[in-house]
Amino acid sequence: MAGRGRGVGAFTFNIEALGIGRGSMPDARVGPNPLFPNIDFKPVPLKRGEEEEYMLALKQEMRGTMQQLPHHIKFPNNKAEVERYTERYLKQSQIDDANWTPDWNFLPKELMPQKKKPLVKPGPKKKTVKISQKDSEAMLSKLDELAKKDDGNPEKSDEETEKKKGNEEEEEEIEAEEYEEEDVEEENDYIDSYFDNGEEFGAGSDENMDAEATY
Amino acid sequence: MSAQEVRLCGLLLQEHFGEVVEKVGTHLLKSGAQNLRMLIHETGISLDLVKKSLCVLVQHGACVFTSGRKGPGSPTEYRTGCDRILRILRYPRYIYTAKTLYGDTGELIIEELLQRGHMTMSSTVKTVADRLTQNMEEGRSMDYNEVSNAFSKLVETHFLQRCPPMVKARPKDSATPAAPLIPGAPAAPVSTPLPTPESFPDCYKVPHVTLAGRGKRQLSSEDGDDQKNAKKAKMDSQTHGDEGICWQVNFERFHLHFRDQAIISAVANKLDQTSSEIVRTMLRMSEVTTSPTATCTKPLSANEIFRSLPTSYNILRPILDQYLTLLVDDPMEFVGKAGESGGGMYVVNMHRALANLARATLESVVQERFGSRSARIFRLLLRKRHLEQKQVEDFAMIPAKEAKDMLYTLLSQNLVQLQEIPKTPDYAPSRTFYLYTVNQLPTARMLLQNCYKTVANLIERRLYESKESKRLLEKSQRIEAILASLQASGAEPEQLTEVEEMITAPEKQQLEALRLHINKLDSAENQVDETIFLIESYVSSTASTS
Repeated sequence: MAGRGRGVGAFTFNIEALGIGRGSMPDARVGPNPLFPNIDFKPVPLKRGEEEEYMLALKQEMRGTMQQLPHHIKFPNNKAEVERYTERYLKQSQIDDANWTPDWNFLPKELMPQKKKPLVKPGPKKKTVKISQKDSEAMLSKLDELAKKDDGNPEKSDEETEKKKGNEEEEEEIEAEEYEEEDVEEENDYIDSYFDNGEEFGAGSDENMDAEATY
Repeated sequence: MSAQEVRLCGLLLQEHFGEVVEKVGTHLLKSGAQNLRMLIHETGISLDLVKKSLCVLVQHGACVFTSGRKGPGSPTEYRTGCDRILRILRYPRYIYTAKTLYGDTGELIIEELLQRGHMTMSSTVKTVADRLTQNMEEGRSMDYNEVSNAFSKLVETHFLQRCPPMVKARPKDSATPAAPLIPGAPAAPVSTPLPTPESFPDCYKVPHVTLAGRGKRQLSSEDGDDQKNAKKAKMDSQTHGDEGICWQVNFERFHLHFRDQAIISAVANKLDQTSSEIVRTMLRMSEVTTSPTATCTKPLSANEIFRSLPTSYNILRPILDQYLTLLVDDPMEFVGKAGESGGGMYVVNMHRALANLARATLESVVQERFGSRSARIFRLLLRKRHLEQKQVEDFAMIPAKEAKDMLYTLLSQNLVQLQEIPKTPDYAPSRTFYLYTVNQLPTARMLLQNCYKTVANLIERRLYESKESKRLLEKSQRIEAILASLQASGAEPEQLTEVEEMITAPEKQQLEALRLHINKLDSAENQVDETIFLIESYVSSTASTS
């Protein structure tokens, strides 16, 4: 298309032939589409009925229950500055977290929780680790009695034995953990440097230059 | 899998399994198969949490693991797919279907299994019996036997199936006791691709379970959630003879049921109740004989159909013949004629039916979004395949200017495609045919993606709404808790009303409005999923025929 003037005669043919006349071209677009565009036709109302109502109730119930199951995992960063009333419920759910022991026959061995976990799991688990096998058995029988009274935690024995099994993979996992710590440090470094640069950003940026030029 | 699917999966995972699982899950979705080490490195989540979330994902069947893909001894790799995670959206429908088919017991069995991924039969039966007992009046309880019967029925009809046993990659697994593995299951060779549950012969075999007794009522009836029951079930540790055999919900079987129901109700809407009963009978007769992916059912003679019709319908033989002829002549092609012998052989065209239902869905989407006249153009193009602009204007009997406008709108929305056919090789517009056409399959796929996006948006909106009034919700929950505890301790009515008045009238109004919005959004999610199901089935049916 060399030799043709800029913006003139962009087409090699008569545009009228396509049925596009003067004034029938749409307006040029300015900016992105609106987030909530107007629609020409109102949406049809939702189906209402016994079936729908029941499914709705099921859905909401399901969601509620699933969030209380131990399968629901949150980040353990609930170190709020102010202790709130709701905190008590959070603690409750965290205790439940520990209670879930999956059937390891269906899972790969490497996923079993390891024996040493100094950082991640506070509370009951850490204690059981340090007690020797004999002590723990005595303790367990005591715990069982207690459990009957106030609904204690019966799964400790399972976890104990599983942790023993996990020994083999331990070395590998510790390595992995070290690796991880490095990672965290690196991230912090990066963020710090980013902030340093950020302060200078406002003055010399391209945007401002452009703005001046147009005046 | 598309970006929309991944986004929706992420939201679903977050809602049901929490943020950590969501992060691990979406990472797996985006990056394909990965081993544990890589996963920890790339997500930056602690080892312990990653392990736990993988356990959750595997437990719920949303993640599969294989070892030794890159040669023996290579680390275990985890993989997940959108398909299984998107099923979460359909959970209410599975549960509701189980209720309609097998009553409250069936409902609770499916619910429990969906909530926990997979469970052994004995623990399911116990939990369900306890829950049923909880809801019964004082002094009555549910027998375990009754629940196990319902369970066996669900297995017999293939709505439940055994989880496939884990493929043992390394023989040196001294850590696991070998005994509780499923007896009689074949030792699957390491090199086989992922085993499907159906590939095991015992898939639908109910083990002998020794379970006697009745559901127990919880003594402290303060908070009767099932979690405590589950704990209880674990506590009494006597064996029931089915340890190590876990059961899961067979989604495929449910989908077949949904598909049949969709066809039946479509016939009922299009023709009448009687013809839908005839189709229902045909589908029921061929349920066992036809494979799930077959294009049409095995041919059934009119005589056979007549004999299998329930007598309560009072359909006479000549009337049945008339109905069958009517069904065959119907443009929706639900029923086809396969031969003349035996008074006429008839089949139900599964794939044609799905294609036609999907087409009807597309048409109605165009109609509701762009108006009935645009829908007329759309249908015209579907029927006539390729048309020039002038022909569209003429056939649709719409003034040229408006027709052009509608056609271009449809084109810009990708519902209509444009095909250029030049008469000369230079593509000069004056010597080129411009043919408009509708490609059903790609359009259906696009609509499917739109549906995923819609559901994701709905969830996002719902989260936003509940976040906005988080304080209010918490307050009302707290007050409800206080009220409950007061009532339990036998407080005076004045005290109760005093506590109740802690929520002011405008707050009550706000809460009511919020509840209404959330219900609407939830309901919409459920109903969009029906469309998703239909289009998914259509798309997968075209994949299996070609």
